[in-house]
Amino acid sequence: MLTIPKDKLIQAVKDMAIDANINLDQSVVKKLKAALKKETDRLPINVLENIISNQDIARNEHLPICQDTGIAVFLVEIGYELSFEYDLEAALTEGIRQAYIEGYLRKSVVDHPLKRKNTLDNTPPIIHMKLVVGDQLTLHFAPKGAGSENMSRLAMLTPGAGKQGVVDFVLETVRLAGGKPCPPIIIGVGIGGNFEKSALIAKEALFRPLEDQAEDPVDRELESELLEAVNNLDIGPMALGGKTTCLAVKVNSYPCHIASLPVACNIQCHAARKTHVTLKGEHND
Amino acid sequence: MIKLTTPISKSDRLSLKSGDEVLLSGIIYTARDAAHKKILDYLKSKQESPFEFDGQVVYYVGPTPAKPGYPIGSCGPTSSYRMDPFSVELMPRGLKIMIGKGDRSENFKDILKQTQSVYLVAIGGIGALLAKSVLKSEVIAYPELQSEAIHRLEVKDFPCIVAYDAYGNDVFHK
Ligand code: SF4
Repeated sequence: MLTIPKDKLIQAVKDMAIDANINLDQSVVKKLKAALKKETDRLPINVLENIISNQDIARNEHLPICQDTGIAVFLVEIGYELSFEYDLEAALTEGIRQAYIEGYLRKSVVDHPLKRKNTLDNTPPIIHMKLVVGDQLTLHFAPKGAGSENMSRLAMLTPGAGKQGVVDFVLETVRLAGGKPCPPIIIGVGIGGNFEKSALIAKEALFRPLEDQAEDPVDRELESELLEAVNNLDIGPMALGGKTTCLAVKVNSYPCHIASLPVACNIQCHAARKTHVTLKGEHND
Repeated sequence: MIKLTTPISKSDRLSLKSGDEVLLSGIIYTARDAAHKKILDYLKSKQESPFEFDGQVVYYVGPTPAKPGYPIGSCGPTSSYRMDPFSVELMPRGLKIMIGKGDRSENFKDILKQTQSVYLVAIGGIGALLAKSVLKSEVIAYPELQSEAIHRLEVKDFPCIVAYDAYGNDVFHK
């Protein structure tokens, strides 16, 4: 049978979690540098210069980009030709535990939302799994900080609200967030599905490559319209004014009920840390 | 660029204007959600403050663990609004300078003006860079809170921006 050896999986998770927290993806750095060129005022220039120099320091000195090293989020794609004789969720959890303890990352998870006792190893992670064709396991990982996650919102609009309703909701969300989610932000928008599906596709939107565009022409148009509208709000880097409130808008959609128009808006800060790894199945006989 | 050393005198505090860039040196204290709750619980049960707030600066941060050879890990600000219900109790008791990120409640701003307090922001998400301004870090209270424990930081030229000055002027664009 084809599988991924457990030790190999744990090591891969540990490595990717530490790496993601330290090395900001070049696609984000490129957008930040392009944004800096557009700014003309003292404070937004100061903020963007510092953000760019921070990620250099983090990379060179192997320090976390941000002190909020997040709650671990995984999107896992499991090739259906694979089989596992161990608990896959437990192995992902173990990789995170090792990464956060040995990688000098902050432990930011409590055991119960009301009891609030720190679990001391940043576990458990949040794991979304799906089956795909093939013999590979792909792990998409993001350490998601609370500053931006806390500013995310979901609404069950009426179908009559239409596109304008979606645009208004996203703009309202960004305005309410102000400087709290560390702008410039990236916005993941999920429209359609139902209550939980809209939230999940909004999260998946944040995992898309920063440079891509939605496949559906309606979603694609919405992405560019929203990006422009958000950047016209003059919130700016850290809400100190300026042209760059948002680096990218990603819209994912899904079919929905005749009576529904769910919309979820998942906010990602400029410390847009994510990475992925693909492991090919091995014969274990 | 304005250079200030803690403890900060009343006249220095009142001279700050929203939008000013400040480099802070001296001792500052960290506290975030859990530590604020503990301070307030202490105040309410003992009718006295566990700390002398006069002229002191509180920074809302929960750093990452320090790597060997470093005084501190990444240490950027956390969102301040979560501390609003605590800050409105602490400002009248003498805590007049706070550092965090993001805008705060109307109630917070009212008490800030009444008490002539000042709210500074540090840039969020630049914890590796800000760590360079921290010379020393030591836990002085609530060690059980881990990264949320109260740390005493010795800082040199720690960069901040005045968000709300003592007169209630507001730097944020909304
Ligand atoms: S919102 Fe992002 S950049 Fe800001 S403090 Fe949180 S994790 Fe760091």
